Amino acid sequence: MATLLEVKDLRTYFYTYEGVVKAVDGISYEVEEGETLAIVGESGCGKSVGALSLMRLIPDPPGKIMDGEILFDGEDVLKVNPDDMREIRGGKMSMVFQEPMTSLNPVLTVERQLSETLQLHKEMSRSEAAKEAVNLLERVGIPDPESRVKQYPHQFSGGMRQRVMIAMALSCNPRLIIADEPTTALDVTIQAQILELMKSLTTEFGVALIIITHNLGVVARYADRVNIMYGGKIIERGTAQEIYADPKHPYTRGLLKSVPRLDLPRTDKLDPIEGQPPDLVDPPAGCVFRERCPDPTDECTQGAIEMKLIEVSPGHWVDQCCVNCG
Amino acid sequence: MTTQTKDEAIKTDTLLEVKNLKMHFPVTAGIVFQREVASIKAVDDISFDVLRGETFGLVGESGCGKTTTGRCILQLNTPTAGSIKFEGNELTEFSNSEMRSMRKEMQVIFQDPYSSLNPRMTTGGIVGEPLVVHGLVDGKNEYRDRVEELLTNVGLNPYMAERYPHEFSGGQRQRIGVARALSVNPKFIVCDEPVSALDVSIQAQLINLLEELQEQLKLTYLFIAHDLSVVRHISNRVAVMYLGHIVEIADRDEIYANPVHPYTRALLSAVPIPDPVIDAQRERVLLAGDVPSPLNPPSGCVFRTRCPNPTDECKEGNSTMGLIEASPGHWVDQCCVNCG
Repeated sequence: MATLLEVKDLRTYFYTYEGVVKAVDGISYEVEEGETLAIVGESGCGKSVGALSLMRLIPDPPGKIMDGEILFDGEDVLKVNPDDMREIRGGKMSMVFQEPMTSLNPVLTVERQLSETLQLHKEMSRSEAAKEAVNLLERVGIPDPESRVKQYPHQFSGGMRQRVMIAMALSCNPRLIIADEPTTALDVTIQAQILELMKSLTTEFGVALIIITHNLGVVARYADRVNIMYGGKIIERGTAQEIYADPKHPYTRGLLKSVPRLDLPRTDKLDPIEGQPPDLVDPPAGCVFRERCPDPTDECTQGAIEMKLIEVSPGHWVDQCCVNCG
Repeated sequence: MTTQTKDEAIKTDTLLEVKNLKMHFPVTAGIVFQREVASIKAVDDISFDVLRGETFGLVGESGCGKTTTGRCILQLNTPTAGSIKFEGNELTEFSNSEMRSMRKEMQVIFQDPYSSLNPRMTTGGIVGEPLVVHGLVDGKNEYRDRVEELLTNVGLNPYMAERYPHEFSGGQRQRIGVARALSVNPKFIVCDEPVSALDVSIQAQLINLLEELQEQLKLTYLFIAHDLSVVRHISNRVAVMYLGHIVEIADRDEIYANPVHPYTRALLSAVPIPDPVIDAQRERVLLAGDVPSPLNPPSGCVFRTRCPNPTDECKEGNSTMGLIEASPGHWVDQCCVNCG
């Protein structure tokens, strides 16, 4: 399978009154055509900012993509001129956001919103786009699409709105869809429907999918490969099977242990990771996880070890600090 | 205390009895003369008991009525019908001042750590306010000592009493909420999705805290949540709600091992397990469509529009809902014992 997306040493910082927030601080990874990559981490680890950077949706000011390359189909998206970027965004790469109510325009009908993308990227006429909008709604499983297409977002439930977002994301036959916590705001049974839908559509159309989430169960069920992020960096990555069977980084292990599981016997106490995520304005020197690491080496505690991913087994990369520690 | 001893230690005396609770919210129309045109049947005839010392889990998805149930029990909403007995006292017949006094016994922890704390009060002020309202402390020194004790009990540093809510993280704010609930030494706490808004590893910290406090202070919890894994961990018994009705109640181990109602089974199947190998082998039950509107719930069995296998009688809306005891301690809605 060919590599569709290659991110090299991406850095996105935000300049604020409190200082420079190093939201994404040097991440590198690839996505193959048609595969599903999950990016996992907690609030503030940089996963959403990383995704927005791929589409160059970082507000400038206060944000700035400082460094790095984003090679999409061989072309560095960061060096492209704004007009060409507009074509890529929505056309070749599209996004599904977390909160469907705030990402859909409340004063336009669903038909207008779907048509807009189609008219812009596929140069369809208004009537052609309107017909295609109905087809798209049908494809994402919205019953009675001819009448629903004329309705406004507030007339849809959360799950339905998310389906509309997915329809918009698919409308121009992109090669890559980035879904930023697409089901966090939805109920469990609707979540299951939406994720099944995304997975089947991406398989059917050979579209690569990046799912950003903090739900480890969702990752296990839908992802081919996983990137675990912490403090603006990727601290472990590999296939989903590998990561769950043999997590190497203490943060990954901590995350997996702290989640109660339906299939295992009840434990008396959950095993949380002590402490709080790091302050990204003033992160600890050296390994960004060292203050919460259950078993750091002396060298690491002093901040002397530099973070860097190393390949511990084929396709399984871990930050070098933690191969020794935890 | 191990899981075994906690289950055994729960005495069989009933702390809370809810019978035929209904909460219908009227929808009005008309500018000058308001008239009721419809009603949202948020809670539509539910009954259950909570035993002293237990954690009773109440699960269901958005709009099923679980939060409204919690609020009715606390009399934050006045129920449309039904009886709520706390330690034998009929709360629906209490006057405002009697209920106020009762609030020392029944407290609440809210879901959203960002909107449940008054942003203009210090942490100490928030946690200490109930002490003042109920006259539980005598003088400034006792007040200060008690506030410090409460903050320490929830794992916060006492000097944080001077800080304002916006200076804390979500998990810390939830701890402040817990401290506030505990300030009056309640017997019973309604935990309304206390960890849903928190990150995964912070959730674990807070759940451990709630369990420790329960053991130390002999608390009884009504734990409302939609995350089934969390509910399984913390609860002794679990009730599943759908569109204003309870469809299944059982002991925690029983309901997770042998779910009977098709909605419970779908709910459990929808929860992905963080292990790709195991998850791939599970049976998937996908429900079609969306939850119907509580403005216009299906007649008869409210679940019939999404049931994977309804009987003909049920499909036409001719069956009656009602819990029956399918096996000792395991109650299921009667429609679905036959269907699904």
